[in-house]
Amino acid sequence: MANFETVEVTTDILLCGGGMACCGAAVEAAYWAAKNGLKVTLVDKAAMDRSGAVAMGLSAINQYVDINSGANTCEDYVRYVRNDLMGITREDLVYDIARHVDSSVHLFEKWGLPIWLDADGKYVHEGRWQLMINGESYKVIVAEAAKNALTKYGHEYFERVFITTPVLDGDRIAGACGFSTREDKFYVFKAKAVLAAMGGAVHVFKPRSSGEGLGRAWYPPWNSGSSLYFTLIAGAEQTCQEVRFIPVRFKDAYGPVGAWFLLFKSRATNALGGEYMVDRKDELANWGSYGAVKPIPANLRNYLGMLDEFEGKGPIYMRTEEAIQKIANQYADDPKAFKKKMKELEAEAWEDFLDMTISQAILWAGTDVQPEEKKSEIAAAEPYFIGSHSGASGAWVSGPKDLAPPEYFWGYEYMSTVKGMFCAGDASGASSHKFSSGSHAEGRAAGKSMVRFVLDNNSQPAVDAAKVEEIKKSVLKPLDIFAEFGGKSSDPDINPEFMKPKMFMFRLQKIMDEYAAGVTAGFKTNQWKLERALELLNWLKEDSEKLAAQDLHELMRCHENIQRMWQAEVHVRTILFREETRWPGYYFRNDFPKLDEANWKCFVNATYKNGQWEMKKVPVLSIVD
Amino acid sequence: MPSYVILEKCDGCKGQDKTACMYICPNDLMVLDKEKMKAWNRAPEMCWECYNCVKICPQQAIDVRGYADFVPMGASCVPLRGSEDIMWTVKFRSGQVKRFKFPIRTTAEGSAVPDGGFGEVCTDLASQCLYNEPDALKLKDLPTVKK
Repeated sequence: MANFETVEVTTDILLCGGGMACCGAAVEAAYWAAKNGLKVTLVDKAAMDRSGAVAMGLSAINQYVDINSGANTCEDYVRYVRNDLMGITREDLVYDIARHVDSSVHLFEKWGLPIWLDADGKYVHEGRWQLMINGESYKVIVAEAAKNALTKYGHEYFERVFITTPVLDGDRIAGACGFSTREDKFYVFKAKAVLAAMGGAVHVFKPRSSGEGLGRAWYPPWNSGSSLYFTLIAGAEQTCQEVRFIPVRFKDAYGPVGAWFLLFKSRATNALGGEYMVDRKDELANWGSYGAVKPIPANLRNYLGMLDEFEGKGPIYMRTEEAIQKIANQYADDPKAFKKKMKELEAEAWEDFLDMTISQAILWAGTDVQPEEKKSEIAAAEPYFIGSHSGASGAWVSGPKDLAPPEYFWGYEYMSTVKGMFCAGDASGASSHKFSSGSHAEGRAAGKSMVRFVLDNNSQPAVDAAKVEEIKKSVLKPLDIFAEFGGKSSDPDINPEFMKPKMFMFRLQKIMDEYAAGVTAGFKTNQWKLERALELLNWLKEDSEKLAAQDLHELMRCHENIQRMWQAEVHVRTILFREETRWPGYYFRNDFPKLDEANWKCFVNATYKNGQWEMKKVPVLSIVD
Repeated sequence: MPSYVILEKCDGCKGQDKTACMYICPNDLMVLDKEKMKAWNRAPEMCWECYNCVKICPQQAIDVRGYADFVPMGASCVPLRGSEDIMWTVKFRSGQVKRFKFPIRTTAEGSAVPDGGFGEVCTDLASQCLYNEPDALKLKDLPTVKK
């Protein structure tokens, strides 16, 4: 076995991750833990300042309920999310996040995040729930508060340690193993409670760009399914693993469309000038009561645009030139005000990209786009696993005691079905539309809940040394394989004894793209394709034992791709189990092309234990009328 | 190429054990070649173009060339990030140049107080309120549903 020092860290509360949810958990847990004599340890695979999905920055905060002004209630937010997800959502969790999210936003503002204010000093809304920000340093600021909280109360954090494997003591989580991506060290964290907040999954499906632009995924490529793998392998029940997200964004660079649709009121039209949202309105009637709600659910909006594409009416365009002209017309009689307004709009439009998707600014500059003169192409991207946005995949967690129906409550909010293992952000399921701010709020709530759990269960779970040694051997195995066989071939990547993580990822992406309703398959699949995908995935799983790594970076890639592979399998199994089409703009079952409220208005939950999958229906219980 | 290192400007962060770009890259792509004392991006096709290496480089030795498989050549976006704002120079394929300046934070670097100045409001671990709520919500009570 590769010669790695084993470093043991014993703590009370282990926070795995470093993004918005984990930073929220750090701020809250640090306080309650210190007050009760407990220690908190955070482990991030990157540098907290710029880790997670907000690493580049954001141009908007997508969840602000604005309860204080009386504009909205938590109930309003629950109804919005429930409709957007076609009826399938955990209302208790959505409500809980909604009631805490405004305080996260107020904290961000105090910490130094510039939120746009109008002439009356009120937040500028992009849409009903969205606030405009100057968000280049959003994550830096949020991480700073988290690090300050950990330091202030004598806790600790590790950067560049990649968590791979949960450690269990019977039915209770006992810690986590991982390795440093900087030095030959294997880490064993022993803890009484563990938070999984390690993001969603990208690059499970083949992206549209597969050359240099492979990395230009909509969600960041370092989100590799760590949360799913960690919680699934620990035995935690998963929910909504069929509810992927397909973002419709500016084509190829995936720049945000929210400001254009919501703030600038732009239309999207096809090549012939037709507006699919108008022309295909009747199609909405096929999707039950969800087709009649406002705003129209994201997946149905996607679907109407896809129908135009399938009929050969693409490209689809964002009519930026028309939207700006419409705004300009309001200043027709005042050339000075017009000039000022245009300057303002230009800066707003470019900042939208420069704050969060700089590639889109390069693409516009590279194609000489002046948005006031020229429309820009939009398209449906490849599928993503992102429980925090308009997807819903994640672990099945307990709700809070004052909100959750008894069936959804087992003592500690955000605790999974594994004792002591908590989830937040993309790791927890069926609580969509929490975005950056809601993930932070959920992390805070989970952080407090974890302290409560530890005080009620204040014993260090046993960690079996032989088991840890076994995990270490398995985690380091790709290095050993390369050391043993690498010298036998002229090419370090081509060898009959092993495969490298990059080709492993391409093999996975090809399976998912072609059989599990990826871009190439027009987002469509059926039972037989899914069964074939499982057969191909099984061979891939066997070959994961033959992954090889030349260095620490490749070792990380090996494990990331194993995580992606499990994300793929749970997705395929869940799509296969649900015999209907409920989110037609996310994926379409050709063999069950309709919504089936009588049989499928339920969650589908999946568990993997002792090498066996268990799939089941779970009732959707409502707490808001 | 996504991000690339301008060899003339990179000084390998003067031989420290890790460079600024290695420290910050969220995807672990930047590496220091210790013989040449130059950093490099080891997997440009996994680069998100997040520009964190570009923004942090003390020598301004990192730039981004748009993904060659879909971006026509000739454009660039160059940031200059200060402690309060960021300046962007956007160069078009046509040669046109636009400049933008946006604020990035309203407080001094490092000054974020965890409780946001709202204080330790809730001291009851059993309460559904988080430790600076309900004040940080700017509400009198935490909302709940009537069952």
